[in-house]
Amino acid sequence: MSALHDCRDAFSRTLIELADHDERIVAVVNDSVGSSKLGDFSKRFPDRLINVGIAEQAMVGVAAGLAAGGRIPFVSAASCFLTARAMEQIKVDVAYSDHHVVLCGQSPGVAYGELGPTHHSPEDLAWLRTIPGLTVVVPADPAETAAAVRWAAAHDGPVFLRISRMGVPDVHAPNVTFTPGVATELHPGDDVAIIALGTTVAPSLEAARDLADEGIGARVLSIGTLSPIDRQAVVNAARQTRGIVTVEEAYRSGLGGAVAEIVTEEHPVPVRRIGLDGFAPTGSTHWLFKRSGIDPATIADVARHLVEEG
Amino acid sequence: MTTDVDGLRAASQRVRLRDLQMVSSAGMGHIGGEFSVTDILVTLYLGVMALDGPEPDRLVLSKGHAAAALYAVLAEAGLLSEDDLTTFVQADSALNGHPARTKVEAVEASTGPLGHGLPIAVGMAMAARLDGSSRRVFVVTGDGEMQEGSNWEALMIAAHHGLDRLVLIIDRNGLQQGAAVADTSDLEPLDDKLRAFGWAVAEVDGHDVEQLQDILSAIPLVPGRPTAVIARTHKGHPVSFMSDDAGWHHRVPTPEQVDAARAEVLAT
Repeated sequence: MSALHDCRDAFSRTLIELADHDERIVAVVNDSVGSSKLGDFSKRFPDRLINVGIAEQAMVGVAAGLAAGGRIPFVSAASCFLTARAMEQIKVDVAYSDHHVVLCGQSPGVAYGELGPTHHSPEDLAWLRTIPGLTVVVPADPAETAAAVRWAAAHDGPVFLRISRMGVPDVHAPNVTFTPGVATELHPGDDVAIIALGTTVAPSLEAARDLADEGIGARVLSIGTLSPIDRQAVVNAARQTRGIVTVEEAYRSGLGGAVAEIVTEEHPVPVRRIGLDGFAPTGSTHWLFKRSGIDPATIADVARHLVEEG
Repeated sequence: MTTDVDGLRAASQRVRLRDLQMVSSAGMGHIGGEFSVTDILVTLYLGVMALDGPEPDRLVLSKGHAAAALYAVLAEAGLLSEDDLTTFVQADSALNGHPARTKVEAVEASTGPLGHGLPIAVGMAMAARLDGSSRRVFVVTGDGEMQEGSNWEALMIAAHHGLDRLVLIIDRNGLQQGAAVADTSDLEPLDDKLRAFGWAVAEVDGHDVEQLQDILSAIPLVPGRPTAVIARTHKGHPVSFMSDDAGWHHRVPTPEQVDAARAEVLAT
C-alpha cells in the first residue's frame, strides 16, 4: 500500500494558497486551530483567523454574519461538535439563509476512536443530507480534498466538507478536479457495485482488486458528494450489476440510506450497507473499522455473497 | 434619512395601525411583541440608521416572530410596498411569519429560532471591521430570548473583539410566550450581567422615541466596547387590554378588539 496521508494537511495548505489570493477568505474556529492544522494560516493571516472560543452555536452564526458582510468563512471544527451542537445554526443561519459558508467537519466518524462516542460523529452524514441546499462533500484523499476546498471557495452557497485525520492512501489522480454531484468510478466491474466515500474508498478498492483476482468484477464508485448525490451513477450500478454494497464511516442511514432510497425508487436490487452501528465501544479507529466490517476482507465477503445470491 | 421626534411618533402610530390590520387579516401574528418593539424599529430605520450611501448600517431583528412590525417599518422606510404588506403570510408570499433574507432584500438575516441574531450581528460587525468600514450593526432581541446560551457566547465574543460599532437593543417587555421572564428563568440583574460581560450598557424607555434616538445616535457609548441598550417596553403597548398581558403573545384580536385597539393607538 502506498503512503498514508492526513487530509487535514491538504485542507490547510490549500486554504492558505486560496487566502493568499483572495482576502475574503477567513477561518472561523472554536479553539480548534491545532486540531484543524490551521497554525500556519493563523501566523500568515492573524486578522483572518477568528477564534470564537468554545462556542459552536455562536461560531456558525458569526460565520453567517461574516458571509453577509462579504467574507468567505471556512468554519473548521471537530465534526461531532460542529454538527451536533450547531445544527440549528447550520440549518437556519447557513443553509436556509443561503450563505456562502464552508463548514469543515474535521476528524469525523470515529477518527477520535478511543475518546468515545461523545467525540464520534457517525450521525453527521445522515443529518446533513436532509438539509436543503447544503452540498455535502466527503473527499477520499489529499488530491480530492484540495480540489474540493478550491471548489468550495468558489461556490456561492452553503457547503459541508468532511475532512478526516485518519491516514488514507492516494486513490485519485494527483490533478483530479472536483465536480459536485458526480461520482468517480475508480474500479470497473459489472458483477457487483461497491459505493464508498471518504475513508472507506481505499478499503473498497482493495476489496475490488481481491475480487478481481477471483474473477468477480466489482465496480467501485467514489461518492465525492453525498448531497446532491450522483443519482444516475447509482441507478446505473443498480441496472448493470447484481447488487450494491455501500461502505461508510458513519451510521448506515448516511450513504447507505441515500443509495437505498434511490435503488428502491428506480431499480430495486439487493443492497447491503456496511457502516457504523450504535454507540461504539472504546478502541482505535482501525479496530472500530474492522469491528464494523469496514475492511477489505469483509467488504469483499459481502460483495461476493451478493453475487452468489444474485 | 433622519426623521424628527414628531415624525417618529407619527410613524410608530401608522406602523401599529398597519400591524393591527395585517394580523387581523392574516389571522395570525405576534401582536404583543410587535407592539413592544415598534418604537425601537421605527427609531432605528427612520431616525438613526444610514440606509444607503457607501456605508449603510445593518439591522438584524433577532426576535423574528415580530416580523409584521418589521415589514410595516420597512414599508415606512420605502423598502417594501403597501401591496407587499397585504400578502403577509399568504400562500407563497415573501412575507413569511418569520423574516427571510432570501425572500425580502431589506431583511438582513433570516430569524425565528431565538438566540440566532446576535451571533450573526457579531459576524457582520467583524466583517465591517475587516473592511475598515465604520458601519454600525444593530441587533434587536427580545428579553426572553436572552435565556438562550448562544447569546451569552456572542456577548463574550463581541466584547473580546472590542466591537464598538455593534449595538444590541433588548426589547425588555418582561414577558415571554407563556409567562413573565422573571417567573420563568430570571435575567436580573441584566444590566450588571451585560457590564460584567464587557459591554457598555444604557437603559431607556423603549416607547420614548426621543430617548431611543438620542442613545442610539451616540454609539459607541464607551470606545472599544459594544453597546447594549435595555429598552423598557410593554407587550401590547399602548393598547390597554393587551398591555403587559402574556396572553397577547400571539392572540389574534376580534373585529371588535381591532376597532378598540385602533382607537387607542390613534389616541396615543
